[in-house]
Amino acid sequence: MMCDFLFSLVCTGEIFELKAELNSDKKEKKKEAVKKVIASMTVGKDVSALFPDVVNCMQTDNLELKKLVYLYLMNYAKSQPDMAIMAVNTFVKDCEDPNPLIRALAVRTMGCIRVDKITEYLCEPLRKCLKDEDPYVRKTAAVCVAKLHDINAQLVEDQGFLDTLKDLISDSNPMVVANAVAALSEIAESHPNSNLLDLNPQTINKLLTALNECTEWGQIFILDCLANYTPRDDRESQSICERVTPRLSHANSAVVLSAVKVLMKFMEMLPKDLDYYGTLLKKLAPPLVTLLSAEPELQYVALRNINLIVQRRPEILKHEMKVFFVKYNDPIYVKLEKLDIMIRLASQANIAQVLAELKEYATEVDVDFVRKAVRAIGRCAIKVEQSAERCVSTLLDLIQTKVNYVVQEAIVVIKDIFRKYPNKYESVIATLCENLDSLDEPEARAAMIWIVGEYAERIDNADELLESFLEGFHDESTQVQLQLLTAIVKLFLKKPTETQELVQQVLSLATQDSDNPDLRDRGYIYWRLLSTDPVAAKEVVLAEKPLISEETDLIEPTLLEELICHIGTLASVYHKPPSAFVEGSRGVQHKRLPGSSAAGVSEAPPAVIPSQGDLLGDLLNLDLTPPTTTGPPPPASSGMQMGAMDLLGGGLDSLVLLCDPQMGTGFGAPPAAMPASFNVPVSGGLDDLFDLGVSLEIPNKMIFVSVQVWLPAMKAKGLEISGTFVRRAGVIQMEMTLTNKAMSVMTDFAIQFNRNSFGLAPAGPLQVLTPLSPNQSIEAALPLSTVGPVMKMEPLNNLQVAVKNNIDVFYFSCQYPISMLFAEDGKMERQVFLATWKDIPNDNESQFQIKDCHLNSDAASNKLQGSNIFTIAKRTVEGQDMLYQSMKLTNGIWVLAELRVQAGNPNYTVSTICLVLEICRIIN
Amino acid sequence: MIGGLFIYNHKGEVLISRVYRDDIGRNAVDAFRVNVIHARQQVRSPVSNIARTSFFHVKRSNIWLAAVTKQNVNATMVFEFLYKMCDVMAAYFGKISEENVKNNFVLIYELLDEILDFGYPQNSETGALKTFITQQGIKSQHHSKEEQSQITSQVTGQIGWRREGIKYRRNELFLDVLESVNLLMSPQGQVLSAHVSGRVVMKSYLSGMPECKFGMNDKIVIDKQGKTGSTEDGAKSGKQSIAIDDCTFHQCVRLSKFDSERSISFIPPDGDYELMRYRTTKDIILPFRVIPLVREVGRTKLEVKVVIKSNFKSSLLAQKIEVRIPTPLNTSGVQLICMKGKAKYKASENAIVWKVKRMAGMKESQISAEIELLPTNDKKKWARPPISMNFEVPFAPSGLKVRYLKVFEPKLNYSDHDVIKWVRYIGRSGIYETRC
Repeated sequence: MMCDFLFSLVCTGEIFELKAELNSDKKEKKKEAVKKVIASMTVGKDVSALFPDVVNCMQTDNLELKKLVYLYLMNYAKSQPDMAIMAVNTFVKDCEDPNPLIRALAVRTMGCIRVDKITEYLCEPLRKCLKDEDPYVRKTAAVCVAKLHDINAQLVEDQGFLDTLKDLISDSNPMVVANAVAALSEIAESHPNSNLLDLNPQTINKLLTALNECTEWGQIFILDCLANYTPRDDRESQSICERVTPRLSHANSAVVLSAVKVLMKFMEMLPKDLDYYGTLLKKLAPPLVTLLSAEPELQYVALRNINLIVQRRPEILKHEMKVFFVKYNDPIYVKLEKLDIMIRLASQANIAQVLAELKEYATEVDVDFVRKAVRAIGRCAIKVEQSAERCVSTLLDLIQTKVNYVVQEAIVVIKDIFRKYPNKYESVIATLCENLDSLDEPEARAAMIWIVGEYAERIDNADELLESFLEGFHDESTQVQLQLLTAIVKLFLKKPTETQELVQQVLSLATQDSDNPDLRDRGYIYWRLLSTDPVAAKEVVLAEKPLISEETDLIEPTLLEELICHIGTLASVYHKPPSAFVEGSRGVQHKRLPGSSAAGVSEAPPAVIPSQGDLLGDLLNLDLTPPTTTGPPPPASSGMQMGAMDLLGGGLDSLVLLCDPQMGTGFGAPPAAMPASFNVPVSGGLDDLFDLGVSLEIPNKMIFVSVQVWLPAMKAKGLEISGTFVRRAGVIQMEMTLTNKAMSVMTDFAIQFNRNSFGLAPAGPLQVLTPLSPNQSIEAALPLSTVGPVMKMEPLNNLQVAVKNNIDVFYFSCQYPISMLFAEDGKMERQVFLATWKDIPNDNESQFQIKDCHLNSDAASNKLQGSNIFTIAKRTVEGQDMLYQSMKLTNGIWVLAELRVQAGNPNYTVSTICLVLEICRIIN
Repeated sequence: MIGGLFIYNHKGEVLISRVYRDDIGRNAVDAFRVNVIHARQQVRSPVSNIARTSFFHVKRSNIWLAAVTKQNVNATMVFEFLYKMCDVMAAYFGKISEENVKNNFVLIYELLDEILDFGYPQNSETGALKTFITQQGIKSQHHSKEEQSQITSQVTGQIGWRREGIKYRRNELFLDVLESVNLLMSPQGQVLSAHVSGRVVMKSYLSGMPECKFGMNDKIVIDKQGKTGSTEDGAKSGKQSIAIDDCTFHQCVRLSKFDSERSISFIPPDGDYELMRYRTTKDIILPFRVIPLVREVGRTKLEVKVVIKSNFKSSLLAQKIEVRIPTPLNTSGVQLICMKGKAKYKASENAIVWKVKRMAGMKESQISAEIELLPTNDKKKWARPPISMNFEVPFAPSGLKVRYLKVFEPKLNYSDHDVIKWVRYIGRSGIYETRC
């Protein structure tokens, strides 16, 4: 073939030949030569040496040849900027050509040549083309503005192209509108705060009109842009939804999914009792199901999105279980995704069908798929209690198949079932024990050992079983070693007489022969516990365990909300926010769903640890509209808020200090008189409040409450830690999410704190027992005690943490909210309160107002009580309720407050007095 | 948006490489080859992220098409675009093979320049593209001014899929209702899942810019008419109407009109196109019923009996019937007896394939097989894959009927009656499986 020949040209001498051909007089020969050049370019050969010769061919009336030369130019102009200038004249001339196709071609190509000098010449032609009479030229010019902006953003702004582009949104031609929207959206993305895409009801109306008329791709651009708009009210929201719904019947899946995105987002604003809301929900299901009959790649994207949609609004697809049944010849990636969704949709109503299917899948060929199917059966058992029995018997059947990986996977999930339903299915333990020898994966071995240890009293030969593992102790993975150690200690506590030797053996193996510090530490702890106080040991080791939560793999609600805003895009495929995989400023803005976030939170499944961001919304709702509260607030969160409220007065003043500690003393009485060591944490509380009750001007100060990334993956070889602090039932907890963003599995996690102001220290080891596979996250709650070594930190609530895993040790520091330190016994005697109050110099008092708090004094007092801020006395003076309150920090420092509530006035006045005699004395 | 588009042959050699964005370097071409095409393990996702660059790929025979980006693009759009790209190429030069791609590389570059601008898909309707991307570059110079503006207004206009001034001596329409019926049945004959996915495919050879209206026995429409129209008519047709779960349309169909009135009106593209796709799950006529009977006789023998029953009007004939009965991996020999057609054991496929050319409705046929097994010590039980079936029947298993297809062309002097219309129904098996 001739063209095969084109592709197989070899380099030597060829350049010469081509040069000659390019300069030939014959048009045909020239064209063939340019073709050869392009072919070489495609396969990656450097033909830049031919630049002048190729550019010479540009002056031609042969459109095909021209396009080829342009293609060459786009590739090589950057490497030969000086030569590229030679082409400018032709471009400028072409932009004046009577043929619109040529005008468009010139402006399209020019934008792709990223050479500064050329860019300057581009401006004038571009300006003309943006106003060209032909829509084809205008639509090309619109995209060219985005190209130019990518090269030189300043230039685009200076030349006023952005305004011209905005005008094009009102163009009469739908395709021009669509391209202008696409270009503007892209430019706006790199200017997050510019109000570039000034979306208002008028422009929205124009877009919706163009939506009916433009190409499928244009419809996608417009829908994606619409999704960024926030309607003013539910009526506008409904009217947009009504005009978008017809798109759900488009043949192009991308149009459908983008329409789904708009609807999912705007639906948040519709009242639930509205008829239309129900109609809309019903309309969403069929198109989503239809996506599953598209090509497999599209099915995959659709399934990843459906996974999100099902988590956000399970009601949409709850009756569509059957369509997610796996087909025998689905590609593996489709199968795995379908399985995930099946589990999410599993309910009491359909569990029988689901189980029958899962059982079928467990006999398939693909190992990953089979494993996931087995695991899914276990998850069904945990999710649907009524089905647990059937699930367990299915798992037993599978164990009987003796297929190695099936057995191992089954044992791992049965362990979870035991944790959900303790003491219910021990009858199966005998069967499990039969398979002990075939287990070769650490996770399965660890699970089996855990089961044996947990039910040691019911397994006659538990000691023998565990002893058999002990033989190869040093060859086991850490996971198994730790589990074995614990299991044997459990066994010893249950049957002390027969197993003394065994426990000594394992303790010495763990403490003397192991070089793993975790194992050693755990060994020592057990050893000491057992030798000093066996009763205490029993209480610790055999303590009742909390039941495991219903669903463990749900996406964290704030992330889910963000991903819903990104339906159809890569973010929704990866289930990661764009900032996780996009470089630079693009796509870094976090999108949120509109409407009351509180409503969203109350829907969120309770099993997921709510992020602080959401709690904020929740609290806001609770405080402002008490009658509509749906449930009691989580104790931790209200504690935080109320703490903030009362500390506010002191906090505000101390803020000055915070800003500039050196100058603080020069400012005058109140701040200077505040005990310095106290001011800083108080301001921590203050920030909480700013966002909660009042939402004042300091918007970026949410740091103490929201879940934040403490340790970015980049700094810790792929380990990312984010988290927050809460106080639950008197226990301070550090709640963390550990995410493995590296390629390898992480194990052996441990944590340690540096000395800090309030003596915070971990009260137990970091409970991350399973290895963390790549791209997996795990949530861990670390209880904290306040009896650790104390050292004053700057700022006072700073905490330095070290986290270790099998890869390395990493350090980070974070700040905790002061309100978390309020103790339960912070109620002062009346007399003492009065005396203390009087004792405090007036200078130490500070005042602050809380605005727009519509609680009466009793309700406020109750709420505060929930967060360990106790009302000592209440007085009514001139229509004002005065609440006197006290709180105590964990290190024994008292804080007193006076809260003035005036009926009918939503603003509270808070006076805070912090008297810390000792500290005061030291300071004065 | 899409940062670049590459086409590779099965060896991973790049045939076409077009970069649209500055953030995509030449090394992206190699990254995809190394990590996906040459990957040791089978690639488990059509989207892969390599060094913070995302690759989307589809495969056509042994040609790889890959779109590359570093941004958070609309993933659905990228795949839709890749399919569209395949369609466009196929419309220009037929099958997408290495040879065809190499022979048409100039054309492909020209197309890529036109339908993807800075990574944004532009009009990609072949009807429109063929008017100005012709591979005869010189000819395009001779367009008159009118022709040029006609081209540009078509490419950018509302009816981007059809050009003006089409003329036929004979106005003709071919309409095919193609359905594939999918079934998963339990060994006891219980329907686990069944659905029909159908397509209405048209070939239109009509002059001018005709306005068409398509009607079928959609339950919603019939019920509505039943209420307003004469009761007799409603009762008669109501019986035959079908419930459509969902449908999607070619971009020529006015979706807002369908949404409000449920009427399907459009100006058709010229030539072949797919007017709509639909899906039904209720009252499906399952053309065949498969009744399997598997008996394990000891450890070295299996007895399999499969009965198929045709379940449609006896005047109709099903064709190309094929039943595929999987056999265990350790099969050593098979003896077959069938009443009709031909059956063969295919060792390479681990299956007995039974073919019957034709079978009328309301008939029954059966095959019995004795499978000898080699004794193995493999603990793993045979998974018993489902028995699958292929066939073709001359009716629509969903029950869909075309009620009318009206053509109006106000400017030219031909009427609906002058158009010759052909309608055909074909029902094929999709994934038609019975577990055994």
